[in-house]
Amino acid sequence: MEHTPPPFFNRGPAPLVRLVFFASLALALLVLDARFRYTEGLRSVLVLAVYPLQSLATLPSTLGARIVGYFASQSQLHEENAELRAKLLDASQAAQRFEAAQAETGQLRRLIGAAERLPLKATPAEILYNSRDPYSRKVVIDKGSQNGVNAGSPVVDQNGVIGQVTRAHALLSEVTLLTDKEQAIPVQVLRNGLRAIAFGAGASGMLELRFMASNAEIQNGDKLVTSGIDGSYPPGLPVATVARIERDATDAFARIVCQPAAGVESGAYVLVLGRESNRLAYPEHSGAEREKNLGKIRKPRKKDAGAIP
Amino acid sequence: MPVPFPNSPSAQSILLPARPGTILGSLAVALLLGFLPWQNIALVPDFVALVLTFWCVRQPRLVGLGAGWLLGLITDVGNGVLLGQHALTYSLLAFAASTLSRHMLWFPLWGQALHVAALLLFAQGVATLVRMAAGADFPGWSITIGPLFGAALWPLVSVLLLLPQRRPVDVDENRAI
Repeated sequence: MEHTPPPFFNRGPAPLVRLVFFASLALALLVLDARFRYTEGLRSVLVLAVYPLQSLATLPSTLGARIVGYFASQSQLHEENAELRAKLLDASQAAQRFEAAQAETGQLRRLIGAAERLPLKATPAEILYNSRDPYSRKVVIDKGSQNGVNAGSPVVDQNGVIGQVTRAHALLSEVTLLTDKEQAIPVQVLRNGLRAIAFGAGASGMLELRFMASNAEIQNGDKLVTSGIDGSYPPGLPVATVARIERDATDAFARIVCQPAAGVESGAYVLVLGRESNRLAYPEHSGAEREKNLGKIRKPRKKDAGAIP
Repeated sequence: MPVPFPNSPSAQSILLPARPGTILGSLAVALLLGFLPWQNIALVPDFVALVLTFWCVRQPRLVGLGAGWLLGLITDVGNGVLLGQHALTYSLLAFAASTLSRHMLWFPLWGQALHVAALLLFAQGVATLVRMAAGADFPGWSITIGPLFGAALWPLVSVLLLLPQRRPVDVDENRAI
């Protein structure tokens, strides 16, 4: 006679079977995400489910700041006011000079027929939290594609560039910091215009200029700014200061370590800059094709969300 | 037969059944703790893994592989890492914890904490392997600090999460058993 166990003994498939099922599901997702990037849709749905928790997590610090602000004494506010007024005076002078210089540059550009640079759109944002991932340097900010933030937009603070938006969700976006090992930014030495590419150095919080000849003309304290030749970053944003140079006679390249200008790993408020829309098209591969398309305006190629500029 | 570890909390009192609300709430709080703006990420234990381990050990029939997998997916998305990394890690962790469940509950809290240290280190090892297979560099031995802190928190977490299941002490001298 056949016996089936009573339903309260029934526990579903064996644990090992379940393990194999869930592990292979996870592995399949890993491969799809790492190799083919097919999972962005799933990710953007799930991120909406996590959003309430994420915004709740930042509530204590916001609330704390509000309470502290409420109890700030009047004298403190007076002092701060005076200080800010002095700063404003200073800044407005600089702004006036900047305006004049900008107008002059615009005129000169028109003179030589160069494309007039469009004013940049800036979206202020707040850093919600650091990503809990020891293998990369990422932060999550509270503005997403609904606020006009796109993947690839540069992110700056008051002192300079801190990174680039690598994934824009509806209400949040992920910013990969300059110090991430995978992140690169084209820079220029302010003193002599020497171009280079700065890579993140990972855990040390510094940047590195790789593949610079050991006799390159660069010295300690040189300021690096974005060169703008990539089309992602607008030119002239401060990036870093050269902190240490090691020139080794046996090596063809110098080891150049730079200190980021902005508070890359600190600070709470940032600006997300809109990307310049009037950048040049990417060069074609073959010369024949180029001649055929000459004169036409080509659309800029869509770039991979995670790609370096 | 005498109970081998009379200090074990499981040997001392009979607990009320766990409510699904408590389990869901504690997992949500763990996710929330992970999203707090911590200063040094390396030193912060993985609260989700810790609470998941707790429920897999205490209620292996209610919380298991499926819950681990889903929590892992949420963690992956929230942290913007490879999709599936934590899903794999937490499934393996849930499997190991539910398998060890009967064994672990015989030990006092500090003995359980040693088991948990091994479990959390195993989970961190799996995550590291996945990331290194995807092309990341080894981030240094500081990644073992978080799991060890997590294991040190185990007694506290056990006491806190078992509180809703405790019943008022009611001493009755004349009770038969």
